[in-house]
Amino acid sequence: MARYAREVAVVAFAQSDHLRRTDELSEVEMVMPVLHQVLAATGLKAGEIGFTCSGSSDYLAGRAFSFTMTLDGVGAWPPISESHVEMDGAWALYEAWVKIQTGEADTALVYSYGKSSPGSVRDVLTRQLDPYYLAPLWPDSVALAALQAQALIDAGETDEARLAAIGARSRAAASANPHAQLSGVVPQGEYQVAPLRTGDCPPIGDGAAAVVLAAGDVARRLCERPAWITGIDHRIEAHSLGLRDLTDSPSTRIAAEHAGVFEGPVDTAELHAAFSSQEVVLRKALGLGEDVSVNPSGGALAANPIMAAGLIRIGEAAARIHRGESDRAVAHATSGPCLQQNLVAVLEGDRA
Amino acid sequence: MTAPSPPEILRAPLVVEFPFTRSLGPVQSAFLTGLREGVVLGVTTADGKVMVPPVEYDPVTAEEIRELVEVGTTGTVTTWAWNGSPRPNQPLATPFAWVLVRLDGADTAILHALDAPGPGAVATGMRVRVRWAAERTGAITDIACFEPADSQDTASAAQAAPHTGEFADAVTGIVAQARLDYSYSPGRAQTAYIAGLSERKTIGERCPSCHKVYVPPRGACPTCGVATTDRVEVGPAGTVTTYCIVNIKARNLDIEVPYVYAHIALDGAGLALHGRIGGIPYDQVRMGLRVEPVWTEGGRYPDHYRPTGEPDADYDVYKELI
Repeated sequence: MARYAREVAVVAFAQSDHLRRTDELSEVEMVMPVLHQVLAATGLKAGEIGFTCSGSSDYLAGRAFSFTMTLDGVGAWPPISESHVEMDGAWALYEAWVKIQTGEADTALVYSYGKSSPGSVRDVLTRQLDPYYLAPLWPDSVALAALQAQALIDAGETDEARLAAIGARSRAAASANPHAQLSGVVPQGEYQVAPLRTGDCPPIGDGAAAVVLAAGDVARRLCERPAWITGIDHRIEAHSLGLRDLTDSPSTRIAAEHAGVFEGPVDTAELHAAFSSQEVVLRKALGLGEDVSVNPSGGALAANPIMAAGLIRIGEAAARIHRGESDRAVAHATSGPCLQQNLVAVLEGDRA
Repeated sequence: MTAPSPPEILRAPLVVEFPFTRSLGPVQSAFLTGLREGVVLGVTTADGKVMVPPVEYDPVTAEEIRELVEVGTTGTVTTWAWNGSPRPNQPLATPFAWVLVRLDGADTAILHALDAPGPGAVATGMRVRVRWAAERTGAITDIACFEPADSQDTASAAQAAPHTGEFADAVTGIVAQARLDYSYSPGRAQTAYIAGLSERKTIGERCPSCHKVYVPPRGACPTCGVATTDRVEVGPAGTVTTYCIVNIKARNLDIEVPYVYAHIALDGAGLALHGRIGGIPYDQVRMGLRVEPVWTEGGRYPDHYRPTGEPDADYDVYKELI
């Protein structure tokens, strides 16, 4: 606990059902029930929250400043202290955590959402690539993940059967998750971009998530068993894929070291591995053994609302601590092609 | 969220196109100009590594790097993925392999497409060579793709050689064209609003908590943070709460200046929307003026608002809506 100035915990988590399309809902209509749910869990009203931070992407919406629309859902009048990241909500959580560390807030509402259904997300994500050397070639997100998967197979670190088993295990685990988009037995399907088959790739869908953070005694008051963030860090690697060893994730490892992952055993890992091959890389970087429960929620292979899937990993890990199913969990979020940027958090519950 | 989409929810194509004009630094300029001339350039880092494609700052030390070298147009595949269903805009329309290629003389790999008859003809470690585009402009697409190299190519593996990076008529910028196609749905509340307009009605939504009527409705009350579900028809007449006189003619706008743009509180609405005021000289528009919408044939929203002829509204009636 001495790593940081203040003790900060996730005290509540809520998420929407994740669906292939939600035409009947605008973004704010999708987000609002999740906000109400997460606030209700703490008994706080929107106006009592010290800081609000959201994550989303204009490129998914196809509209500039699209996040301003969802501010209606948090009751932004009279004015609130608010910020936004054009990233996964895990990074919005990081900003909120920093805000609480500075002492400027004791509580924070963090939410994020993504509707992939209006566009073609594989093509949309090409626009986050280097505009000089990569974007003009339109290499889509599945293609880039497939290059990483082949590199792992060539290195002897996995094979197609073991990759398929990761997808199958994730979707089996998702049977217990009522919010998941895909659960149970899902056919492995055809090659999307070989060596990745449909079953190695995440479903495309719409969804939202929210968490409430609180400091010290406020957290103890709001939650029976707060999920203390005892470490959090994020690191980035060079953008160019040809510079990187795609079979490894040094940024994840460094973030994990700074977050204190290796200072004790973890029992749960919620990994933002949208592709089965990414789980192989992350397990290695985080040194996870077979005794660790990896993605008991089903992970991003069961539901991958872009911009919310990373925040959901933190939320799912925290919820297991809230329920007493975990004592020390690691949560991971990623952004960019082939695990370019990685955020790692350690969450711990008070021991009885 | 679990209910199926009601059939009346509106959807429409939404196209986002953006031709970003980007300038190139000295290294990228030399690289892309080189491609136009059929030459592949890399850059050498302080510790002697050759990076292709080149960058301007060392990814490890962040030092500025400018030392250009020419590398070969043949190389080795470091990893690959078979793309059986090419997507729009990708380098080849027929099935191809995405490849990372380490060109001869380089220490890093470049991403591109490999034209090969099938996945059985591709392997990590295979030798490939650049296939140049027929017309080259100074862009990454000047490399049309890679193709399998024959033994003659393999025999003459190039070494990196110093290069000035100077070419006649250097490329200094690129236009990054992009087009993304969406199918936009405005959601429940805005669908109701737009459907109302088609009957020349203005539909707002009332907040169940503060009772304010929002128009146009977006489905949420920004003060209370709750869903607005109670539909209310407002107007058609309203009151000018404030206004401005526009003196600059906007491009492609067929309205004579000066004209008046106003905030208009429609009767029954909890906040003002905005619209143009017509049918009255611009310098006679005033706060409190009572106005009504004017629809044009086939118009999907009021073209403008004109005076109703009623006496002006009392300030107290609309002062909360300014």
